[in-house]
Amino acid sequence: MVELATDLTVREVAKAAETVLQRPVNVTPDTDIARDLAVDSLALMNIVMELEDRFDLSIPLDRLATVQTVGDLSELINTLRTKA
Amino acid sequence: MGLLDKHLGYRAPLEAIRAVGADPSNVRFEAITSPTEGVLNGRPVILLGTNNYLGLTFDPDCIEASAEAVRQWGTGTTGSRFANGTFKGHAALEQALASFYGRKHAMVFTTGYQANLGTISGLVGRGDHLILDADSHASIYDAAKLSGAEVIRFRHNDPDDLHKRLRRLGDAPGGRLIVVEGIYSMIGDVAPLKEFVEVKREMGGHLLVDEAHSMGVLGEKGRGLAEAAGVEDGVDFIVGTFSKSLGSVGGFLVSDEENFDLLRIVSRPYMFTASLPPAVIASTLSALKRLEEDASLRTRLSANADRLYDGLRDMGYSVGPHASPITAAEMPDQATAVGMWNALLQNGVYLNLAIPPATPENKSLLRSSVSAAHTPEQIDAVLAVFEQLGQEFGLLEGRRRATA
Ligand SMILES: Cc1ncc(COP(=O)(O)O)c(C=O)c1O
Repeated sequence: MVELATDLTVREVAKAAETVLQRPVNVTPDTDIARDLAVDSLALMNIVMELEDRFDLSIPLDRLATVQTVGDLSELINTLRTKA
Repeated sequence: MGLLDKHLGYRAPLEAIRAVGADPSNVRFEAITSPTEGVLNGRPVILLGTNNYLGLTFDPDCIEASAEAVRQWGTGTTGSRFANGTFKGHAALEQALASFYGRKHAMVFTTGYQANLGTISGLVGRGDHLILDADSHASIYDAAKLSGAEVIRFRHNDPDDLHKRLRRLGDAPGGRLIVVEGIYSMIGDVAPLKEFVEVKREMGGHLLVDEAHSMGVLGEKGRGLAEAAGVEDGVDFIVGTFSKSLGSVGGFLVSDEENFDLLRIVSRPYMFTASLPPAVIASTLSALKRLEEDASLRTRLSANADRLYDGLRDMGYSVGPHASPITAAEMPDQATAVGMWNALLQNGVYLNLAIPPATPENKSLLRSSVSAAHTPEQIDAVLAVFEQLGQEFGLLEGRRRATA
């Protein structure tokens, strides 16, 4: 179940990234956001804003300090969702 | 491995820009001869990106006040107000700012950057919520980090989006501080402040407006966007800078907030840095007086802003949504922006090259800001250069707007 939720979230992260970056992206939970997707800090904040809307959720920026991979981001979202 | 190796990703782009011509990060003037002119490589250049909105950097009264203060009080305070005391000028300037804005309290910081850092980090901290316009200035983002508050961004100039994000916060504990700017520094667009105030009133929280680029520019009395929009009583905190319309350096906060004096001991960017030198305080005080008394400066500024904006727009340049002292012409790509910027410089026009990541939506912009001190002839000279280069760079083909 947990794995399934993560898969779904990873897919939403990919969709949000595509919306912001306006190009197709290929992601797995291990994808390094800055290195593999060439996403700078501004683009990452925009992706997060997009994800907030997709999940109707607040993702405070200070929580991104520990996010490096798509998996980290998905986990953060899932944690915030279960708390909400 | 050097400590700076992690920044090597910037090396190639920087060298590529340098290879085109002048280095935008290192333009060296031999002289600055007026608020609107300098000398580069022996040739006069029109300054068109200075944020010197009222052109007061060479105001004789400001210069005189500054010179007198440096003789009477010395060159520096050599420490913070807490450690070395408040000089007469600091208190006089704070009083003048409070009275100009009709607020109970004012506090002066050493830069505008520190005004945001010191105010925001003093107002919110861990467990509070800081809600920022996505296009906020770097000083606001840095303040957010320093504060430790939970930071949420809303879409630029979008009150509905702010509403949605405040709704999501629900009744989570902690204070809420919303931060917007009066005029945005990159393309000169203005915040829909009346709507933001309505959202704040409905959803609760405090509102801070950074009037860095709108003080002395907007409002009948020059108090900025809050005055122009008629919502000063809905704005809890106003931050501003002395480095633009007041022609010096420094920043400030005004507010009616209770316990304001506590900020002076909890705000680290206020406490742990030297206060402004008396000469700077003195010229700023003079400039504020001039701003208050001489509305013709704003009339001239606005006429110059319209002249440049209309001129560029009618030629076919893609400019911001409305005229403002800041006008940015959007370039199709970064290479063109760099090429145009160099060509403008060679033709005697110095303005700001604004490229990602400092720009909204990763745009490449030629950002200009006009001054009340520009003459109509200078603006026309700038427009003539833009017209000629626009043709050479193929930017205007078939784009000229029909003028009535
Ligand atoms: C919106 C905004 N806030 C704050 C600042 C910082 O002001 P200063 O340059 O006076 O430190 C600036 C300008 O640099 C600005 O554009």
